[in-house]
Amino acid sequence: MRFTAGANMKIRLLDIAHGRSGDKGNTANIGIIAREEKHYRLLVKYLTAERVQAYFEGICFGGVERFELPNIGALNFVLHDALGGGGTRSLRNDSQGKTLASVLLRMELDVPDF
Amino acid sequence: MLDFEVFGVFAVRFLEMIGERSMIRIGCGQGFWGDLLRAPIDLVRKGPLDYLVMDFLAELTMSIMHKQRLRDPMLGYAKDLVPLLDTILPDIVSRNIKVITNGGGANPAACRDAVRSLAGKAGVRGLRIAVVLGDDVLPRVDELLAHGVALDNMETGESIAGIRERLTSANAYLGAGPIVEALRQGAQIVLTGRTADASLALAPMIAEFGWSPDDWDRLAAGIVAGHILECGAQSTGGNFTGDWKAVPDLARIGFPIAEVHPDGTSVITKHPGTGGLVSCATVKEQLVYEIGDPAGYTTPDCVADFTTVRLREIGPDRVEVSGVRGKPATAFLKVSMSYHDGYSAVGTLTYSWPEALAKARKADEILRARLEDLGLRFQEIRTEYLGYDSCFGPLARETCDLNEVVLRVGVRGRERRDVDRFCREIAPLVLTGPPSVTGYAGTRPKPEDVIAFWPALIPRIAVAPEVSVEET
Repeated sequence: MRFTAGANMKIRLLDIAHGRSGDKGNTANIGIIAREEKHYRLLVKYLTAERVQAYFEGICFGGVERFELPNIGALNFVLHDALGGGGTRSLRNDSQGKTLASVLLRMELDVPDF
Repeated sequence: MLDFEVFGVFAVRFLEMIGERSMIRIGCGQGFWGDLLRAPIDLVRKGPLDYLVMDFLAELTMSIMHKQRLRDPMLGYAKDLVPLLDTILPDIVSRNIKVITNGGGANPAACRDAVRSLAGKAGVRGLRIAVVLGDDVLPRVDELLAHGVALDNMETGESIAGIRERLTSANAYLGAGPIVEALRQGAQIVLTGRTADASLALAPMIAEFGWSPDDWDRLAAGIVAGHILECGAQSTGGNFTGDWKAVPDLARIGFPIAEVHPDGTSVITKHPGTGGLVSCATVKEQLVYEIGDPAGYTTPDCVADFTTVRLREIGPDRVEVSGVRGKPATAFLKVSMSYHDGYSAVGTLTYSWPEALAKARKADEILRARLEDLGLRFQEIRTEYLGYDSCFGPLARETCDLNEVVLRVGVRGRERRDVDRFCREIAPLVLTGPPSVTGYAGTRPKPEDVIAFWPALIPRIAVAPEVSVEET
């Protein structure tokens, strides 16, 4: 984590969360899990479906849905049309989206009030 | 206090006397076809176990097995299963461990015959082997369509009409019911085709604890335990992004075991002395794996609400799972269908510093120009640079001066000859393109059949599972 000018702070997702991703056909899902309880509140507030959809431009061509699991401090993102057709149709090296969680964990969140 | 303890001991003895156990141990020994071969052997040998479940079927595995069965009617199941059962047969017989697996694949009956024959050779008498049939609905597709079952793609909404003639497999996901029936008939080995992964583990809970078919909370608790088990070591520290470097002894990783109690509470653990880690974090990563709406995790047996799961670390490598609530099963089963969708091939070449990425990009440009000049037609050409952007795609950051990069070009097309010609255009780049290139040695890429996935729904009442138990 590092401070930038003003009161804003940039937080790399990897520092406050971990996760796992996988496939269902041409749909990928990414579970993002807060490392600590306080981090879950940040995720809920700042890691919105819109933010994730914008981040994955050029990878995810359908919509992004977000679901909350407050009981385990996790968010689940469902990315439609994100695996180049899915299954053996996909020409992606990562045809099952196994690395998409790590790709998302590199995202930096702008957090003004942390 | 003492009275309670005495009572507790008597209660457990009483339940055992009337055939109900107060806890059963279910271990998962394979998370996919091709998983660690020694895992199921360790599970039956390195500590107490009542049930060994193994999941062999990913989404497209059935179509591969179906193809094998078409070539040879004695094939079409997870062949690795037979030598594995041969190895562990003395252990499971002497300790009465029951084995439940979907490794029967597209041909559970042939799988059963192979297992029966090995039991015969091993001289094991009185072994009951069950098969569950009825998941294969491919021969019934026309009949279903005629009866108004649309079989539209449940992801895209497309009509099946465009792919009907190219279907290569169609299997309904069965639930725990038929396996429960097999266990009640005394089966020690249960071989199924397509059964929902988590239902493999739910079945012994229903059989042992007598959960009623509408006890949605307990069924959901069993499904949650099954979901945590179903990908093998993914819940015991494998593929763990939390703090992967802190997971001890991955070389000897233990596979997961659920100690399940009659109220549906379970403890996720692994055998003592094995590697890996069971913590809330490792279990959470598996909980969120391959799910959609967590409040509506739909299985053939019930709808489980993952937002009600409570996790608690109660000891080293012990995580208690409780609080699970469920909802009634739906009137539909998911059908996993696959169809032939042309051909694909992937070629790779490795480029070295200096300017490795620039060279690989130039080679891609040259290759595409040649494919164009040849008039080849593809539905898609995809280029990735392994070591640079195959995971990150357009999110890859321009990096300075890569040591090396692998150019990976894939094509997909309707005509086999176009894809075959592409395969012949990779190696020539070595002498006719940018320099310092290698990694083409030995083999030319080959066109592969593209098997595409078509998920659909089918009314539950249209599927009739069958159970057959044979004794050696």
